[in-house]
Amino acid sequence: MRYLTDRKRAEGKGASGTGTEHHWYMTVSAVGLAVMVPTFLYIFGSTLGGSHEEVLATFQRPFVAILSAMVLVVGLNHFHRGARVLIEDYMRGMNRKFALIFVITFSYFLMAAGLYALAKIAL
Amino acid sequence: MADVKPVERPLSPHLQIYRPQMTSISSILTRITGNGLIVGVVLMIWWLVAAAVGPEYFATVNAIATSWFGDLVFTLSLLAVWYHYLAGLRHLYFDAGKGLEIETAETLGWACIVGSVVLTVLTLLVI
Repeated sequence: MRYLTDRKRAEGKGASGTGTEHHWYMTVSAVGLAVMVPTFLYIFGSTLGGSHEEVLATFQRPFVAILSAMVLVVGLNHFHRGARVLIEDYMRGMNRKFALIFVITFSYFLMAAGLYALAKIAL
Repeated sequence: MADVKPVERPLSPHLQIYRPQMTSISSILTRITGNGLIVGVVLMIWWLVAAAVGPEYFATVNAIATSWFGDLVFTLSLLAVWYHYLAGLRHLYFDAGKGLEIETAETLGWACIVGSVVLTVLTLLVI
């Protein structure tokens, strides 16, 4: 028997025991994306429709390459955590597990594919 | 005495007769736009990988990305990203404990919807 008050036992822990990590990650990534996304939209929107040489020239620029990599990694991390909430609201049991595993692994696959493309273009 | 009277009143939240509210609609839209954005992201990354692979493969994927289908996906994604952007800012404002009065929350919901359309049109004009 540990002499702890109920409050002390509960503080910082959600039902999963991991506290507010998920919410805090979404807050941090939301602020980061809010800063990065408008510039990224402008760059991607302007580049889309250009020739192959123009596309390569744009994504070879260090600023564009680094910004795009950050938007992809932070954006997809934000995505799979958001999709997790959706899945947990509407699915149960094994379907939920498979859906969660699929969404998380697919997100990392997209990150890897995007980073591979950026690295190959930039280097 | 054992007559079971059928319940004639509607059972609570019944979607067909439930009056849509800005607070719930704006929340549902946040979820739909956030999750729907994956479609545009997949097309964008495919296009980027194609650019890295080589000119021939790029020509194939670029034709899809700039076709009517690509335009549709990217335009809807633009609308989705701006809505989700504004709704996200609204959430950060809510998290600070502000704007939670029903009237303010409803006004902010309308601001997200109208703002996302305005920003989408502006972006399409700029790029």
